[in-house]
Amino acid sequence: MSIVVVMEQRAGQWNRMSFETLAAAQQIAGELGVTASAAVLGHGIEALAGELAGKQVEKIYAIEHELLKDYTPDAYCLALGQFIDRFQPHLLLFPHTYQVRDFLPKLATSRDRVAVSDVIGHRMEGGHPVLVRQLFQGKVNADVRFVGDFPHFASMQAGAYRADQAIAGASTVEVFQPSIAPAQIRTAPQDLFRESQRAVDLGAADIIVSVGRGIKEADNIALVQKLADALGGELAASRPICDAGWLPMERQVGSSGQTVAPKLYLAVGISGAIQHLVGMKGSRTIVAINKDANAPIFEVADYGIVGDLFQVVPELIAAVERAK
Amino acid sequence: MKIVVAIKQVPARDSQLPISPSGKWIDDADLTYEINEPDAYALEAGLQLKEQHGGEVVALCAGPARAAQTIREALAKGADRAIHIEEDMAAFDPLAAAKLLAAAVKSESADLILTGLQSDDLGYGQTGPILAELLGMPHATIIMQVEKSAAGIRVKRELEDGWFQHVEMALPALLTIQSGFSKLRYATLMGIKKAKTKEVKKLTAESLGVVSGTARIAMDRIYLPERTKRTQLFDGTPKEAAAKLVEKLRFEARVI
Repeated sequence: MSIVVVMEQRAGQWNRMSFETLAAAQQIAGELGVTASAAVLGHGIEALAGELAGKQVEKIYAIEHELLKDYTPDAYCLALGQFIDRFQPHLLLFPHTYQVRDFLPKLATSRDRVAVSDVIGHRMEGGHPVLVRQLFQGKVNADVRFVGDFPHFASMQAGAYRADQAIAGASTVEVFQPSIAPAQIRTAPQDLFRESQRAVDLGAADIIVSVGRGIKEADNIALVQKLADALGGELAASRPICDAGWLPMERQVGSSGQTVAPKLYLAVGISGAIQHLVGMKGSRTIVAINKDANAPIFEVADYGIVGDLFQVVPELIAAVERAK
Repeated sequence: MKIVVAIKQVPARDSQLPISPSGKWIDDADLTYEINEPDAYALEAGLQLKEQHGGEVVALCAGPARAAQTIREALAKGADRAIHIEEDMAAFDPLAAAKLLAAAVKSESADLILTGLQSDDLGYGQTGPILAELLGMPHATIIMQVEKSAAGIRVKRELEDGWFQHVEMALPALLTIQSGFSKLRYATLMGIKKAKTKEVKKLTAESLGVVSGTARIAMDRIYLPERTKRTQLFDGTPKEAAAKLVEKLRFEARVI
């Protein structure tokens, strides 16, 4: 079985999730007694691809074309389609980035396949990988396997594998040049931008009190602000709160907001969808207050109170004040 | 602009989800259902585009008979008509499901197809781009804004870590909409009343001539995740629990 990990770069910078997926690919390959290869798409990326020469990979493919300079789903799918035709890999693994979410379903469909997206782990059964993924926002896990012929496709969730476990080795770069015509690209991407300079740097806060959907109404946020004030911490939120406009986007923690790792992260009424967890699970001490004992936030919490936040938070404020 | 919005009915957000004895799916006998939240934003985007540029919004939904409720709600919010592919979708993987939607939507010749970026139940996040590929349309995912442009449309894509990007493309096209696209509207009383008279076209996989075909992936088993971390839980009254927590934070974790 041949395995290729498709790494992601933008403007010559690696997306660091790629190295987590590289570690996953090496692990799966090792269990199958083979060595994984790596591929990267772009323009002028041979040197960048060369940075992988110190990793344990069979081969590094630099998929090189000027029309791959800026990402478009059409160019990426054309290039990868031709790459698959030429090298016939059996299993292609991708980091589950926003970009991969954009093109991988299209690529798999063009090969009459279904990609297993957002994988959190795997095990081997009878020489085939069984992939684990989450359902219902992390409340339930599922075992999924591929049915039918190669190639198979899967994308790995952020944090599921550890980048520092990527194994060192020696390899060489092979350049592959797909043929892509400008007329085949139907979308015109423009430059990346950020909305505004962030006024709040949550990354610098020692204590963060974060509020989620459980708060029910905008007016109730004052209660959580009071707790943040009592602790001398910053107020943050999960995505739905910022979507609703109850707090500004710059206070959002998670994959589309800020990634934080404070000394204390106190999650109030946050169930812990993976998009939120990836933004805060590196915090030193995590506290969760939630009415649902099965909420995924308790997966990462060191301390927890299962209960009604409207009863617990006022008592917590009082207890913090007493302790001062 | 003719807009089709693909919506899905999923278990309500706070549902307790008992695993069924077969271990293949949840026991859904006592569940309540609602529109998949990102799809609610896709519907909102569609309704706003219609208000700005005129045209028609068609709600498209594949699901068993109970999905009729979610379709009615979409009509009450302002969709002009609906297509209900009445099927129990459990046997369909994302490609098979998208083939059903593609077959139903082909004859509509829509300018724009919208759907949520992912479902809150299966969460593959693939239906949109698969559908675009099956229909031969360009697409863009995780969209926060849509405006008309000379070429067709100009959309704002959300990327990781607070970055965004504008992308332009010609119509017809398919977009997956991110939650928070805009504030969601409520159905008005008038809307609810009108919904009863709106057309709901009923189709099935058979009437569409789509066979679910060979599955490409198989979900063998679902189960509750194993706790890998031991969380110290504090019980008692809220006051007692809060006091214990503060004590631990001060003297064990030493973070306050």
